[in-house]
Amino acid sequence: MAATPLLELRGIDKSFGPVQVLHDVELSVYPGEVTALVGDNGAGKSTLVKCISGIYTIDAGTVTFDGKQVAIHSPREAADLGIEVVYQDLALCDNLDIVQNMFLGREKVRGIVLDEPTMEQMAGETLASLSVRTVKSLRQLVASLSGGQRQTVAIAKAVLWNSRVVILDEPTAALGVAQTAQVLELVRRLADNGLGVVLISHNMNDVFAVSDRIAALYLGRMAAQVKASDVTHSQVVELITGGRSGNLGLPPEKPTDFVDITPGADQ
Amino acid sequence: MTTTPTLETAGGVKVVKPTVGSHIRDYFGRIRGGDLGALPAVLGLVILVAIFGSARSDTFFSAGNFANLFNQAAGVIMIAMGLIFVLLLGEIDLSAGFTAGLCGAVMAVLLTEHGYNQAISLVAALVTGVVIGVVLGLLVSKVGIPSFVVTLAAFLAFQGMLLVLLGEGKNISIPDGFIKSLNKDSLPVGWSWGLAVAAVAGFALVQFLRHRGRARRGLVTEPLGIIAMRIAGIAALLLISTAILTQERAINPAVATLKGVPIAAPVIGGFLVLWTFVLGRTTYGRHVYAVGGNAEAARRAGIPVDRIRISVFVIGSFMAAVGGVMLVSRAGSVDPNTGGSSTLLYAVGAAVIGGTSLFGGKGKVIHAVIGGAVIAVIDNGMLLMDFSSGTRYMFTGVILLIAAGVDALARRRAAATGNR
Repeated sequence: MAATPLLELRGIDKSFGPVQVLHDVELSVYPGEVTALVGDNGAGKSTLVKCISGIYTIDAGTVTFDGKQVAIHSPREAADLGIEVVYQDLALCDNLDIVQNMFLGREKVRGIVLDEPTMEQMAGETLASLSVRTVKSLRQLVASLSGGQRQTVAIAKAVLWNSRVVILDEPTAALGVAQTAQVLELVRRLADNGLGVVLISHNMNDVFAVSDRIAALYLGRMAAQVKASDVTHSQVVELITGGRSGNLGLPPEKPTDFVDITPGADQ
Repeated sequence: MTTTPTLETAGGVKVVKPTVGSHIRDYFGRIRGGDLGALPAVLGLVILVAIFGSARSDTFFSAGNFANLFNQAAGVIMIAMGLIFVLLLGEIDLSAGFTAGLCGAVMAVLLTEHGYNQAISLVAALVTGVVIGVVLGLLVSKVGIPSFVVTLAAFLAFQGMLLVLLGEGKNISIPDGFIKSLNKDSLPVGWSWGLAVAAVAGFALVQFLRHRGRARRGLVTEPLGIIAMRIAGIAALLLISTAILTQERAINPAVATLKGVPIAAPVIGGFLVLWTFVLGRTTYGRHVYAVGGNAEAARRAGIPVDRIRISVFVIGSFMAAVGGVMLVSRAGSVDPNTGGSSTLLYAVGAAVIGGTSLFGGKGKVIHAVIGGAVIAVIDNGMLLMDFSSGTRYMFTGVILLIAAGVDALARRRAAATGNR
């Protein structure tokens, strides 16, 4: 288990106008490990990911990548560092084939002509490194693939560029049982290949199946970041829904800057 | 999959090894799956030719009429080629017809009233097309007006500008020269054969180089049988056409001889090769398909979506200008109706009949040529059978409806088989 994190966030704040979405968030991503990022709807998972990937800029805090402090201002800069995000609504073009999708926006060219043989070769090697060994053809249209295969292509697209950190936003949300298993296996393999993997998921079974560490967000705060082997299923659920569980999580006092509007709750 | 021979490709991914048989099976599989491509148009063309051929075999199948088809179709095919780029993004350009008319008029006015030479007038017409495309593209992508509205407004405005430019209903004839011969005269017989043979050789060379390049990298290659069949097909088509077109077509050969491939044919072929290369082999073309297929995915991949959107309108209007030149060249004059009446609808019809989808993301430049040929054959054949222009319009309308219906049904079928 690696001692130093590959990607480390400290004291991240992010507000949209008067609404503060992230409060002093910390997150460490280790190479060769799957870090699950869990939290209820609106806890700030997507915002955090967009801050890491450069879609949003952070208001305060530091981002350290590979031991060096960095500032990420655009998705392109994140990609240059080696941080790739696989979004929930797969960013694939149905009318293009597997190779074309994997190289979309970063095509290899020779002169002005697309270098199709090189691209096809690289795509094949990447898929093989992920142990994807059966597709009908690398030139198959993405439209004709199953949900799991599409997710595989989206993930392969992210690892094609020697990326170091891959963030997966609910990769199994729309998949069946067999396909979920297939994608989780792939997620595990990414980590085994030495990448730092962040897995966002609502599904506790998926989280416990593949992750080494679990980071739970609660109302924009990092409730806890723990080893998966140290906690139980129900402890993680408590962290997600209540922000703490036993001696884990946020201090018991209520956060001062929000009001409990639950009907019948004591003010 | 146990019985299918497999093959290890790059990196060790196992794929199905293609054979001539599997290729043909795949093709029929795609058709059953709703991926029809240009097949309905090609079948339609064959049926129409058979009908008109049997009804008026002496005139329809004459070499003169065959040559005539190229000149009739050239203008509409050029406009349709440009429209394919616009349609690939799911946009529409309703002003393409009058853009053609306006650019043709700019050329004619410069030639006659200002006495510029042929080359300058031609370039001015094409530049006018590019400027129109930039304006339309900016309005659609930067201001955000739907292309239907922008180009509908442009349709009316360009019609007006054409009237103003020609001085209320005047008819300007262009002088003899290079431009007039573009869509009127034919190449000498020697040149005709030379070009046809060069085209076949070029096609064969490209096919073999691609095959060798892939084989050397250990990638999946098409079976040589399929490549040979494809080359043989193109060779037969081009060489038989050239043989017919190099026959004597003049009514009285003693007075003036008329033979050779119409100049319009290599012009169509040249643009076909150019735009097919741009769409299929360059990064730009790949990005056009990507934006047409999923604009959000394209944006996330770092593709400048707005610039692609502007560029397709520029190509669309540029090709409309080329189409305008061909229309003016054929008629020998410009009038307020050049590029008007059915020109635009024929061009859109050509693209759709050829197999390009109105919903974006699917289409090839060859569709403009095949669809344009269908429309030209209908027009030409029905004229030979002495139908009134009213009947011709109705019949063309029905054909367009059938083509759009085939597209819609194929799309439903494709959605059902997960092969959209």
